[in-house]
Amino acid sequence: MLSGLDPVVLARAQFAFTISFHFIFPAFSIGLASYLFVLEGLWLKTGRGVYANLYRYWLKIFAVVFGMGVVSGVVMSYQFGTNWSVFSQKAGPVVGPLMAYEVLTAFFLEAGFLGVMLFGMNKVGKGLHFFATSMVALGTLISATWIIAVNSWMQTPAGHSINEAGQFVPASWVQIIFTASFPYRLVHTVIAAYLTTAFAVGAVGAWHLLKDRANPGARKMFSMAMWMAALVAPVQILAGDAHGLNTLEHQPVKVLAMEGDYRASPDGAPLIVFGLPDSEAAEVRYALSLPYLGSLILKHDPFAPLPGLTDFPREEWPPVHIVFWSFRIMVALGFAMLGIGLWSLFARYRGRLYEWSSLHRAAVVMGPSGFVAVIAGWVTTEVGRQPYTVYGLLRTADSVSPLAAPAVAASLIAFIVVYFVAFGAGTYYLARLMARPPERGESEPPNLPQRAAGITPASGVSAPFATKE
Amino acid sequence: MMGLDLTLVWAAIIGFAVMAYVVMDGFDLGIGILFPTFKVGEERDQAMNSIAPVWDGNETWLVMGGGGLLAAFPLAYAIILPATYPLMIAMLLGLIFRGVAFEFRWRDPGHRAFWDVAFTAGSLVAALAQGMTLGAILQGITVKNNAYAGGWLDWLSPFSLLTGIAVLVGYALLGATWLIWKTEGSSLRHAQAMARRLAVGTLVALAAVSAATPYLAYEYWRRWFEMPGVLLTAQVPLLVVVCAATLFWSLRRGHERLPFLMALGLFLLGFVGLGVSLYPYIVPPAVTIRDAAAPEESLSFLLAGAIIIIPLILAYTAWAYWVFRGKVGTHGYH
Repeated sequence: MLSGLDPVVLARAQFAFTISFHFIFPAFSIGLASYLFVLEGLWLKTGRGVYANLYRYWLKIFAVVFGMGVVSGVVMSYQFGTNWSVFSQKAGPVVGPLMAYEVLTAFFLEAGFLGVMLFGMNKVGKGLHFFATSMVALGTLISATWIIAVNSWMQTPAGHSINEAGQFVPASWVQIIFTASFPYRLVHTVIAAYLTTAFAVGAVGAWHLLKDRANPGARKMFSMAMWMAALVAPVQILAGDAHGLNTLEHQPVKVLAMEGDYRASPDGAPLIVFGLPDSEAAEVRYALSLPYLGSLILKHDPFAPLPGLTDFPREEWPPVHIVFWSFRIMVALGFAMLGIGLWSLFARYRGRLYEWSSLHRAAVVMGPSGFVAVIAGWVTTEVGRQPYTVYGLLRTADSVSPLAAPAVAASLIAFIVVYFVAFGAGTYYLARLMARPPERGESEPPNLPQRAAGITPASGVSAPFATKE
Repeated sequence: MMGLDLTLVWAAIIGFAVMAYVVMDGFDLGIGILFPTFKVGEERDQAMNSIAPVWDGNETWLVMGGGGLLAAFPLAYAIILPATYPLMIAMLLGLIFRGVAFEFRWRDPGHRAFWDVAFTAGSLVAALAQGMTLGAILQGITVKNNAYAGGWLDWLSPFSLLTGIAVLVGYALLGATWLIWKTEGSSLRHAQAMARRLAVGTLVALAAVSAATPYLAYEYWRRWFEMPGVLLTAQVPLLVVVCAATLFWSLRRGHERLPFLMALGLFLLGFVGLGVSLYPYIVPPAVTIRDAAAPEESLSFLLAGAIIIIPLILAYTAWAYWVFRGKVGTHGYH
């Protein structure tokens, strides 16, 4: 039964499944680590107990998220070899050192200081504990930088030569790391992680405000999250626009597939809002489009000509319907986020930020929006890179391991079952943690491992709860 | 980097990363393997708490081994992983179950028994898969045109099963001796009893693998038994005897740190033995470290950072262990 399947499709399905599941966790932990850094910093600066409580509240959630990110991340570091061995052998000399630098400069840093961050509050002084939090937050950002450098090189490769064995050989590491799409992709991705976290935190705050408007922790986290939404959502839309222009320059076929532009538009392209892409007929059926807006967005000139997919050979096209829809989901969610941000500004201006129930309900509904948008964006850029792994140079079909279809199919099923059991349970535990309101005297992560070995417990940790709130 | 044999340096660094992984995650996984033998409640909580702050860092060495192999020896990475595909997948899935169990068993007391089983099963599967991968590499991998050319069950053999069990028992010994160091009361006494049995088991397993390896094929036996190399290689079994004797003596005398150090010593010597058998091959019998090495531009770029960063990593890892030094204590909750 399984041997009839295409091993390349199965390997792609497995990579897509494992990376999508994995990406949810770092998207949250990048943002949460920075949020925890801010909370602990504010607590040390102001001494207000509400920040310490929020720190401990979100630290318990961070521990679960981070753990799931680690174990799903270990899988990724082996997926390249198990399922994409030809890619690994050919591109390893370029992408391998970047990923090894990610491990050396980021993973060890996060892991080394995580234990102290989670369990060390009573074992080291306040300053040292804040340092541990900072190192974990810094580690998540360094990690994002390296892996985005790898991805950007695969999208817009530069700085290498190709030897007689067909291997990519590094020529200039500066060019390999700072490829044309790297700065845009990095900014867009890190902001996405921050927005994802802001909407998750905002939803938790809103949920508890709906039950108890006076809860100081819920008020504080909702207010902080809404500031992020109001300030960062517009920045993200601008960053996304710049990223799109950059992609049009270097991967025009991808952008044309995202837009659904099958035919060239010599006098300015319309913006296709919705429709059903039909690659056979090379047209978007039932298209609802706005004239000239496509060129206005992509060229910042309504009458600028744009090519169409039919100007390129069909074997260069990515699966158009996937990127067409994933792109629209991402953009729609981005504007919905902007809407919530503006609404919160208005509520703040009216002095009703903590009382406006429909705003809180909307924020609860938007809680998962960041995760969906991040996955949709990732699908857009990765599926849009097809049919290549290294854009224009190494085809996906030529990158795959010499494995029989049943082996890949069996492992794919095993991954699906295990991920749904393990991460399904984890998501349920996260939801339970979030459903509990933040309290005064919030407890630390439960399994404080060891009694103080010769160090006096940092007395300040529990004291501030008695002081100003 | 003039005058420096980059390939050899990288073989040493990858070897170090694998060794660091084996000893550090080895005692973590060993605790998972021994977990059902500890009483529900205080004993299990102590065992779990003794590794909760460090397991994540320990597992990072596995990512370093994988990432480092991809960077420095991409051909070996591209051959070994498809050749041991089911083992790799089983190991990764095992690591997922045991990794999430650390948090989940505290989050959900109602299902703690389930997550304890997941912790043990995941640790067992991961340890067995790692040991069998070692056996699969030692017994040789079919390679044609720079790619794996065997079937998807070639790794399965009596020899790989033997190495799998050997690593499993060895990890359990590391776990037991770690718990002797970190726990007290009934956990300590239980760990001591387990360690005595596991020490015997580890030595039997080490002897069985050592006896089987030189007769596998290729030229392993030459390295071990021919003059003048034997003068050097004979030191390895001699040191094993010294380590083993010290281990038994320290267990009988009730030492609390020495058993762990001696168990580490046994692993180190086993690792040196593997190095003697394998060098210069990385995928026997076809691919040497020189065949598999990445271009010099890749090796030197990564080395420039590694020589500064690895000592830093070791420093702050040591600090993290230092912060959580001493006995675990009996109260899990605060």
